[in-house]
Amino acid sequence: MLKTLLGEVKEYWKATILSPVFMILEVIVETVIPLLMASLVNNGIEVEGGNLPHIYKIGIIMVVVAVIGLFAGVLGGKYAALASAGFAKNLRKAMFHNIQTFSFSNIDKYSTAGLVTRLTTDVTNLQMAYMMTIRMAIRALFSMVFAMGGAFFLNAKVASIYLIAVILLALVVSVIMSHAAKFFHQVFQKYDDLNASVQENVSGIRVVKAYVREEYEINRFEKAALNIYNMFVRAEKNIIVNMPIMMLTVYTCILAISWVGAHYIVAGDMETGDLMALLTYCMNILMSLMMLSMVFVMISMSSASGERIAEVIKESSELTNPENPVMTVENGSIRFDHVNFKYKKDANDNVLKDINLDIRAGETIGIIGGTGSAKTSLVSLISRLYDVTDGAVLVGGHDVREYDMTVLRNQVSVVLQKNTLFSGTIYDNLRWGDPDATDEECRRACRLACADEFIDKMPDGYNTHIEQGGANVSGGQKQRLCIARALLKKPKVLILDDSTSAVDTATDAKIRKAFAEEIPDTTKLIIAQRISSVQQADRIIVMHEGEISAVGNHEELLKSSQIYREVYESQMKAGGDFDQQ
Amino acid sequence: MPPARGRGKPPANAGQLLKRIMGILMKNYGVQVVIVMILIVINVLANVQGNLFIRTLINDYIAPMVKEGSTDFTPLLFAIIRVACFYLLGVLASYFQSLIMVYVTQGMLKKIRVDLFRKMEKLPIKYFDTHAHGDIMSIYTNDIDTLRQMISQALPQFVNSGITLVSAIVSMLYLSIPLSLLSFAMVGVMLFFTKKVTGLSSKYFIAQQKDIGALNGYIEEMMEGQRVVKVFCHEDINIREFDELNEQLFHSAYNANNFSNRLGPINAQIGNISYVLCAIVGAVLAIGGVGGFTLGDLASFLTFNKNFSMPINQISMQLNSIIMALAGAERIFDLLDQKEEADDGYVSLVNVKREGGRLIPTKERTGLWAWEHKHTDGSETTYVELKGEVVFDDVDFGYNDEKIVLHNVSLSAKQGQKIAFVGSTGAGKTTITNLINRFYDIQDGKIRYDGININKIKKGDLRRSLGMVLQDTHLFTMSVRENIRYGRLDASDEEVEAAARLANADGFIRRLPQGYDTVLTGDGANLSQGQRQLLSIARAAIADPPALILDEATSSIDTRTEQLVTDGMDKLMNGRTTFVIAHRLSTIQNSDCIMVLEQGRIIERGSHDELIRDKGRYYQLYTGNAAAGS
Repeated sequence: MLKTLLGEVKEYWKATILSPVFMILEVIVETVIPLLMASLVNNGIEVEGGNLPHIYKIGIIMVVVAVIGLFAGVLGGKYAALASAGFAKNLRKAMFHNIQTFSFSNIDKYSTAGLVTRLTTDVTNLQMAYMMTIRMAIRALFSMVFAMGGAFFLNAKVASIYLIAVILLALVVSVIMSHAAKFFHQVFQKYDDLNASVQENVSGIRVVKAYVREEYEINRFEKAALNIYNMFVRAEKNIIVNMPIMMLTVYTCILAISWVGAHYIVAGDMETGDLMALLTYCMNILMSLMMLSMVFVMISMSSASGERIAEVIKESSELTNPENPVMTVENGSIRFDHVNFKYKKDANDNVLKDINLDIRAGETIGIIGGTGSAKTSLVSLISRLYDVTDGAVLVGGHDVREYDMTVLRNQVSVVLQKNTLFSGTIYDNLRWGDPDATDEECRRACRLACADEFIDKMPDGYNTHIEQGGANVSGGQKQRLCIARALLKKPKVLILDDSTSAVDTATDAKIRKAFAEEIPDTTKLIIAQRISSVQQADRIIVMHEGEISAVGNHEELLKSSQIYREVYESQMKAGGDFDQQ
Repeated sequence: MPPARGRGKPPANAGQLLKRIMGILMKNYGVQVVIVMILIVINVLANVQGNLFIRTLINDYIAPMVKEGSTDFTPLLFAIIRVACFYLLGVLASYFQSLIMVYVTQGMLKKIRVDLFRKMEKLPIKYFDTHAHGDIMSIYTNDIDTLRQMISQALPQFVNSGITLVSAIVSMLYLSIPLSLLSFAMVGVMLFFTKKVTGLSSKYFIAQQKDIGALNGYIEEMMEGQRVVKVFCHEDINIREFDELNEQLFHSAYNANNFSNRLGPINAQIGNISYVLCAIVGAVLAIGGVGGFTLGDLASFLTFNKNFSMPINQISMQLNSIIMALAGAERIFDLLDQKEEADDGYVSLVNVKREGGRLIPTKERTGLWAWEHKHTDGSETTYVELKGEVVFDDVDFGYNDEKIVLHNVSLSAKQGQKIAFVGSTGAGKTTITNLINRFYDIQDGKIRYDGININKIKKGDLRRSLGMVLQDTHLFTMSVRENIRYGRLDASDEEVEAAARLANADGFIRRLPQGYDTVLTGDGANLSQGQRQLLSIARAAIADPPALILDEATSSIDTRTEQLVTDGMDKLMNGRTTFVIAHRLSTIQNSDCIMVLEQGRIIERGSHDELIRDKGRYYQLYTGNAAAGS
């Protein structure tokens, strides 16, 4: 994980190194200043009558050193900011770029909210931890090392008291921290659950209110909140022991050194000034230790974020382009050859079972079947959104796995069941299909999809701004825009996955008529719930539990397929659907 | 969701907000806060004792011993034991301070969380319809988190630094007023730079918040539409757009942190320079013998000068987190101050049994319900049988006063009738159902339920009498069984399964990995939309309500399954009122009365056959022939 993450430091490695270098310089300044102060007091002030020239001299040196310290500190901070912001940028970039290579089955693994959290909150956590590490942790570490060095330089025997204390302390603290980390891990998990339940209540408030479950939900939440409270208290109780233990250790050191030092001094083995310096170093060590443990907490808290980010960066797409891809799709013929398919390799049952199918270029095929009969899975294989488990799918005479994926998907245009429009004008959205489409081409596609009638009524026409997710157009309008967008690809195969369900029957019929007249050479696959949407198709496929139960035209199926007949009858009592325009 | 409102701006009424937070803190944890304050004082004093000890150790013990050549360490031992006691006191004070603060902080957070949630559950639907859900969520996550930091870290640190500061100031003033003034002037310089630097960095912090918002928005949109991106091979364009936003965020984040990182070194070195200046000026004063200021005083003064700049540094570091916490607190209080859904109903729903033509209230589940009407004028209480008759009398409604979306709607639904609403999106179908259960209140006119004005009915009881299945299903993170039981909490397992069978959901539930005990997550993300609709129908069925509202409840279920479900529901709802909204004809065709809505008005009404005969709008929609009819 660490290797994956640190691999993203890239061009910011210079800043990553420079920052600690300047921080070390600042630490040196910090170590020198007390010495200068001591000299100023000892030799300038506490001598008989004072020594002004010495005070001036040391004063000037101190100012110079302070200015050096200022620059070192500012530059260290600057490079730390640069390195951490750059690191965060590269992490986001690496994740986003990799997500763009994801196949549908990769996408299925992650929830949208999960990916968003990884790209935002998790990256921010790492950014802060990174900055703390290269700026504060290194600084604290060196500050401690210098203090120790200074102490050993002054009196190795006395200083060894520190060394023992620091080692003991490090052991105790790391035991406490790893113990606490376990609790924190649990508590953050629960904390996510708590927030998830708030989220559910916000989005499902109508259900809560309709069933008058406000008190019930409050009760549930109170219990969860109490649980979180208990867990946090338990976790934090561990952490807060750190500080007193550190203080205790350092104070013990101070007293021990005072006692031992006093003996040395009385015996004439040490100067009083040295004792003072030793004690000052002791305080420095304490401060550094506190800083280090703080950074340690931050790092352990962000390690979960790191894992989640690394997971996305390392995820490799399950679909890859072939070595010498076929770059043109001859025609819109489709063949399914003994196709078996399941979404997960370890799943028991196939979603599609032994599918064999031959579709001629230009044919119109209707697909009908109950909820969960694998209609969508069937068409997903044609544009290689998923790879087959067994068998092969051929488009234009070639296995879909032989094509360049971009070429294939541009020629096999799918209008998804769960479709999305993006924020931007209607033109912007249409040009997803073809970035170079002229206004005239866009209008023509909209005419074919019967979208022109409502677009013309909008005040800004084709320049009307669509909100995120298409929130400001109705379901039927959205579906027609999505069809127009798919048409702009001028595909050889057009797949409509329940794409006119919110469009009224009359308009639906108009769209189908336009398809037949204007794009006769395009192979059209239409999945629908409504019989009227597929009735006129050349052939209709009836899907049932992952298998093709019957194929034929309307009249044939009425005779041969019981399922088809039942669906027909359930709808024919009532002609069609009501409009949602 | 769009970027949250007003992020990155300091609140205007910071003082009031702080007062309010402190108010809540003192009210709930007054004793603890006072104890913590005392502990902080003890801690600071013990520290001061410790600092002084080093001087005393050398001046009063070691130096004399060296001078006299004494080897009697007993006085020193006592001194060390005495100081050890102070230290121990400090350590204990520090531990108990942290311990109490853990309880106080987590307790406050729990209280605020629960208060927020309790408040939220009682807010009218309008609040949820007019606020971005992401914004509401971020109150629970981001804003509470910044508040936690403020309570647990910034506030104690503030008090600690404040006390240290005051003790340093007093000592300095006592030693030398001119030197103190010099030190204060240097603090002025520090504050000046602090203000400058924070000004610069906060400019970039605001820019950073804006850029984060923009990038988040983009990421959310593209993650949501990831499949469309694939289908249209839009990856390269996406990468280009993302890189641009990412680069922008990098710049503002870099600058914001760069400037805020400057604060520490700048203040530390100004502190050092202040030290030098005081040393020089003090030495000149002392050597010149001005005002009885001695070199010994100077040495002490310099120690205090050093102790003086540190807390200022710490306070200025905490300021940022306090400002951020206050901005969060403003949003928390804004939610807490929202007006709750009003309920002045006094008519309640009770179980009754019929005894000799009279309705007698009972605690049993009789399946017979009545409205208990305690009349305002006196002691009389009447019982009106619950039938599910709904009458709209000339109702006008708008989500806000400027735009009326329903005009003069009048309708009446008799017991056992199935009333359907059809019409285009935005015609007002869903709005009507929102009025029956009082998710929204009407502007003008009257709605009567079994002859009672619905304003007089307790909202809870009104809603309990109306089952509701919506197009956007919402399932909760619990087992399938619990999700169905949500409709009636005391339902037995058998009743749950019976309801599932009625909704034709039993089959697929049994095929789930753990059957009825399968835990649904993320709003039932592992189910298809059709399956989710079947579950919400089962949930409504188990509630066994006297009246039912179905708003596109079967839109994602195939027509064959729908037929089975509808048959089951019709059996269940026999003799009860049902309101149906659907665009599928098969769903509504057998309704007793179909209302055709257009632009907030009922333009046609009647049974299917009548409407077909009339050859109006309904006929046009039905035949799919726009040219027919008028």
